[in-house]
Amino acid sequence: MVGFRSTVQTLTAKPWFRMPRQPMLRHLSYAAVAVVFFYFLTQKLSAFNDYEVGEIAFFAIGLAGLSLLTGINGQISLGHGGFFAVGAFTYALLVNHTGWSLVPVLLVVVAVTAVSGALIGIPATRLRGPYLAGMTLMVALGLPYLTNQYDSLFGGDQGLTTPPPTGPASVNPEQWLAWIQILGALIVLVLLGNLVRSRFGRSFRAVRDDEIAASLAGIHVARTKVIAFMVSAGCAGLAWAFLALSAGVVNSAEFPLALSIYLLAGMVIGGTGSLMGVWWGAIIIVYLPNEWATSLANDFHANSLVSANLAIIIFGLVLVVGMLVAPGGIQGALRWIAARVGSYFSSGRVTNVSLSLQEGVDPIHPASDGESVTTAEKQGV
Amino acid sequence: MQFFLNITLGGIASGMIVAAVALGLVLIFRATNVVNFAQGAMAMITTYIAYSVLHRGADYWLAFIVALATGLVFGAITQVVLIRPVQNKSPLNAIIVTFGFLIFLEGVAGAIYGSTTRTYPAPFSEAGQKLGGTQIAFSPFDVFVVLAVLVLMIVMLVLFRGTDLGLRMRAVAFSPEAARLLGIRVRPLLTLGWGLAVAAGAMAALLIVPTSSLTPNFMDVILIYGFTAAVVGGLDSPVGALVGGLATGLSLAYVGGYLGGSLEPMAALALVVVSLMIRPEGIFARPPPRRV
Amino acid sequence: MPVLDIEDLSVSYGAVHALTDVSFSAAEGEVTAVLGANGAGKTTLLRAISGLVHPRKGTIRYDGQQLEKMSVEKIVRHGVSHVTEGRSVIEEMTVEENLRLGSLWRFGRRERGAVIDEIYELFPPLAERRRQHANTLSGGERQMLSIGRALVARPKVLLLDEPSLGLAPIVTARLMAVLRDLTSASKLIVVLVEQNARSSLSIAQRAVVINLGRVVVFDAAATVASDTELRHHYLGY
Repeated sequence: MVGFRSTVQTLTAKPWFRMPRQPMLRHLSYAAVAVVFFYFLTQKLSAFNDYEVGEIAFFAIGLAGLSLLTGINGQISLGHGGFFAVGAFTYALLVNHTGWSLVPVLLVVVAVTAVSGALIGIPATRLRGPYLAGMTLMVALGLPYLTNQYDSLFGGDQGLTTPPPTGPASVNPEQWLAWIQILGALIVLVLLGNLVRSRFGRSFRAVRDDEIAASLAGIHVARTKVIAFMVSAGCAGLAWAFLALSAGVVNSAEFPLALSIYLLAGMVIGGTGSLMGVWWGAIIIVYLPNEWATSLANDFHANSLVSANLAIIIFGLVLVVGMLVAPGGIQGALRWIAARVGSYFSSGRVTNVSLSLQEGVDPIHPASDGESVTTAEKQGV
Repeated sequence: MQFFLNITLGGIASGMIVAAVALGLVLIFRATNVVNFAQGAMAMITTYIAYSVLHRGADYWLAFIVALATGLVFGAITQVVLIRPVQNKSPLNAIIVTFGFLIFLEGVAGAIYGSTTRTYPAPFSEAGQKLGGTQIAFSPFDVFVVLAVLVLMIVMLVLFRGTDLGLRMRAVAFSPEAARLLGIRVRPLLTLGWGLAVAAGAMAALLIVPTSSLTPNFMDVILIYGFTAAVVGGLDSPVGALVGGLATGLSLAYVGGYLGGSLEPMAALALVVVSLMIRPEGIFARPPPRRV
Repeated sequence: MPVLDIEDLSVSYGAVHALTDVSFSAAEGEVTAVLGANGAGKTTLLRAISGLVHPRKGTIRYDGQQLEKMSVEKIVRHGVSHVTEGRSVIEEMTVEENLRLGSLWRFGRRERGAVIDEIYELFPPLAERRRQHANTLSGGERQMLSIGRALVARPKVLLLDEPSLGLAPIVTARLMAVLRDLTSASKLIVVLVEQNARSSLSIAQRAVVINLGRVVVFDAAATVASDTELRHHYLGY
């Protein structure tokens, strides 16, 4: 046993085994690995599964934005579905009324949604915690009314159609669309990853941890919070524009309160504040309501009422239990395991892993004992 | 003029109900510093339970007592199981837990009862009364609503200002550490606070359900309005809950009556935003001490 | 003779060691002054005794009981009262309500009036303001209320955290005089944390000097007061 451990230690100490230290390079390496992974994945999967992989990708974008806002900047939003709607309808209107190609359209979508993020973010600077949550909840509930009032513009019940862009003839359309969505997700994640490590990211976290201290340190608290909202909203808008890309239609019925709930649950399950965790959250959002819940209901021969509500019940249960037992989500749990394993191999002494779930450390507000990179990395920030 | 009067009266009645919900929210926030997003959903559950009791032949008042008692127990158990673990952590955790509980309860209710609307009776006539020859939109049931909420407020007032138990609860709410150092057992009091708050919500639900009919989501909108009222009046002030409730009820009644019912949620949002911009702590709250 | 005995007390907040191997004892009828610079760990010491924090190691013994693992409520009911820093009166309550709060755990309805009246005798300004809300009181009056509230339940151990903070010297002097008389008359064990070393040493019988979480000196107060080099080094005068 000792021989095995020391072998692993010597192996992992070699320079080629370590990820590059610089954030940008590191993120690009992750992205490169992901590109290869997704390429092979989409080749192997059927068309419908390609569609689902694309879904996972764009939900990952939306979750990344939300995770940034809540986990890193400490502002909770129960109504992020609203920003999805803004992005989706902006995309639909642009595609239907202008002849622009994909990339400019997406950039405008991001810009418009970011502005709407500022509209919510500015009054939100006055609020904290439950007040903010309540206000965002009201936005989410009030939005359907708004879209119903302006039927003609928003296409009423039918919604607006959004023809998908055509790709090269050699690639089948679902794969092509999935590719666009995956690429978009990876770009966004690399950018956000760099943002989190940058000066901006530090000021986001400083504001989250202690607004008064942050302002005394010269950080413009309100501006930071609004920027966080704008970035987060931009991601949400982009995410739903990608959905519109493959779904072909945008319709106000797509944005019920349930959507915001799924987002929140996905973020919490994946790991609040963790950019890697968004993939877990996205997988759960895509598969749980439709496939897993229905097959679970069928296994138990449940009646139709139960199966209709099972997804919601599970999401609610996961939110509650998750917060009580494993506030760091899946990514937090994985990190904890990896740290335990890592410390076993690194020195034989089990070092005190400060993000232990049993200690009840709250990973949304990790113990701020300095800005050491390793601690910050471990905490998923 | 008649129209205005009717709307005003309707606003008062609904405002009182909103005030009762707000009172529950304020109680919990004051005692445990948590906003209970599941307040409405928990009240919905107690109403369904009362409904089941009713349909086994019980009379209205028995079902009423059952609902309140269930609320008391339900609130207490929830505090012990769900809230204690997250009480001292970041407020985000408690928000997510109560919100998750909200959707869990609505899912369970949907699974058991489905989304078909059920009717729940009112104890008194809901027909508008004649007052000196003119028909006004204020029924005996509306009178009951106003009186019931007033009684609730008075009971709360007496409890908190006139009893030792109330003194302890106030101490725990204002300053838990100081209370502990004076030998007060904090945890049971927090549990009791939750029990009372959910019982208050249960009563509010029974007051609203005759007009809005029983579905798993019927308390969603009232929760929002209760939250609005609590924000306007001050999340740590019971008097504020009453005033906020009336203000919200009346404003929404006017908006609904003159501009159309579908604008009410947006009006509530506007009310919240305006209130938070002008006076974030609420009309009746003390501004929180700045700790620099 | 019941004595408050602290042995090898170590308290940490995560990675920060606030107190390390602190040992001393406090006797009844005596004021034990705890002195030292800001951040030395004095407040942590009091919080450990009253149970607000639990030590990593060490023991706190009083009257045959080990207090270091007990809950706050239990420790209080063993006769320990802690007046925290910053005059922790409950501002939204009246003077009378604050005092009554202190009496609840120990006295029944009938006796409460009498014990509260004793506090009014001790601190006459409070009697004049009994129906006023605590947020209308001056700094000195609030301090009286904090201490009075802690005394209502007739504790045997009184922990005071910087009672003179922010008070005018004359008010401080009066407060210290009251404490001195009270301590010897009722055989209280008083642990007095103060940055104002001069005024606390004037009424103390023993003194503990803490620096960076460790005990530097534990001796008779008179000895510490006359040790000019010690005073310069750790106490600033």
